[in-house]
Amino acid sequence: MARAALLRRLTWQTGTIVKIVTETARTRTIALQVPEWRGHRGGQHVDIRLTADDGYQAQRSYSIASAPSDAQVEITVERLHDGEVSPYLVDQLRLGDELELRGPVGGYFVWQDSPGGPLLLIAGGSGIVPFRSMLRHHRSIHSTVPVQLLYSVRTPEDLFYREELMRMATSDEIDISLTFTRTQPPGWNGYDRRIDREMLVESGWSPGADPLVYVCGPTAFVETAAELLVGIGHDPRRIRTERFGGIGENP
Amino acid sequence: MTALDGNAIAGMLQTAFGQDMTAAPGTCAGCGAASRLGQARVYRGAGTVLRCPNCEGVLMVIIENGGVMGIDAQGLTDLHVPW
Amino acid sequence: MTPTSRGFLGSRRTDADPSRIPPGQYVTTAFPVLSAGPTPHTPLDRWTFSIRGAVAEPISWTWDEFRALPSENITTDIHCVTKWSKLDTEWMGVSLDTLLAGVQSSAGHALVFCDGGYTTNLPIADLTGGKAWITYGFGGASLDSQHGGPARLLVPHLYFWKSAKWVRGLDLRDEDQPGFWERYGYHNYGDPWQEQRYSGD
Repeated sequence: MARAALLRRLTWQTGTIVKIVTETARTRTIALQVPEWRGHRGGQHVDIRLTADDGYQAQRSYSIASAPSDAQVEITVERLHDGEVSPYLVDQLRLGDELELRGPVGGYFVWQDSPGGPLLLIAGGSGIVPFRSMLRHHRSIHSTVPVQLLYSVRTPEDLFYREELMRMATSDEIDISLTFTRTQPPGWNGYDRRIDREMLVESGWSPGADPLVYVCGPTAFVETAAELLVGIGHDPRRIRTERFGGIGENP
Repeated sequence: MTALDGNAIAGMLQTAFGQDMTAAPGTCAGCGAASRLGQARVYRGAGTVLRCPNCEGVLMVIIENGGVMGIDAQGLTDLHVPW
Repeated sequence: MTPTSRGFLGSRRTDADPSRIPPGQYVTTAFPVLSAGPTPHTPLDRWTFSIRGAVAEPISWTWDEFRALPSENITTDIHCVTKWSKLDTEWMGVSLDTLLAGVQSSAGHALVFCDGGYTTNLPIADLTGGKAWITYGFGGASLDSQHGGPARLLVPHLYFWKSAKWVRGLDLRDEDQPGFWERYGYHNYGDPWQEQRYSGD
């Protein structure tokens, strides 16, 4: 990578909301037109900053949900209880509004069709967001890297990107397993429990396949999954984790 | 309070160091464990504290004072800045 | 120029009496949780509050002894250095005047120590005279661990990082020694009305 690119200063840009998609009762995907977007890698974040009339500001980090090749930058935001930024983004933001952002940022939890090896993605709840970016990228470059995604949600109503994931699962390279931990769809005969050792052995690559593993979700989910993965023999150096799906609502 | 991880402050780290630091490996001065800054446990108090994912010892403290960022990395015996 | 976000207010109220708001602060309706580290969980049967250091005789209370001390209800405004203020917060606890009454010391400073290793420093003069408490109640209930329970120092006339969570005691000292945030560049004293946020302010 060129030095000049590395040292490019991170500055705030303004994007315009061009599309809003309701994912669940608490979640929306927001598409921004960003005039000077310089591209990103699957798994990277953007920082979003809100400014009130009196100058008060609040800032949060969100995983990018769109592929590098998509025309717009998308984020998927879940309204958090006691949140300050997420309720605004989910309930108040409208088409045509402007939003300040800076990015892309992050270089640890990213995937770019390399290094090689099959890909194992493990998502809990909103932890699916960076994987949507990675999977879209995988499709757009016609990657032959085989992917297994294990996605854990509480109820069918909590599932993000339902139709898109179903479409992706028809590809030869992408295999998707779902588990509904609290309520299952009618007639469901798949997983109905929290992620465990047996589930990872059944639905994920074996350590012998030397997969590159990404785990994203709430802290407790990520820690449980990472411990189970190491316990069944996966190389800790091949496991990358991200807590909260990048939705760093704080406090 | 549940800790975020270093990925959530990628923007702050990049502003401070001028490049991505979430993939930068470092060694904890307390327990000797190696981790990338993206794996650090992040706490927001008056400033931002990055703690070791192994022993919870302080790796780095970042203070934002107006346009100036102060970084204390005495909790790291080494930090490999990607180049 | 930074564009504003249409209709964005945040978790704030804007109807507060301006004379109660220190410069640069915004009033919040929430109670943000800030911490320099993970929440410790010390069992109450192993909890003590101690006053030690430059004292004739160190003193320590168990939880039961501490709770048997005379308590006060305090209603006060609090101001966090990250720019939020919260008005009319209601606390219950023991005055530092009560705790320091039986302590013989000529020390001028205290280094507050806590579970989890956090520290902060204050002049003794800011801990006495009805200005500081060790609190265990908030809003009519016991103080939640995320807000510093079982016990938190309350020094509302200084920025709130001085009001140390999970407090376990005071180390009285003849010479001032900076605490956790003070060492990293926050102001040594931290008066919100003087906007003493950072060292040099």
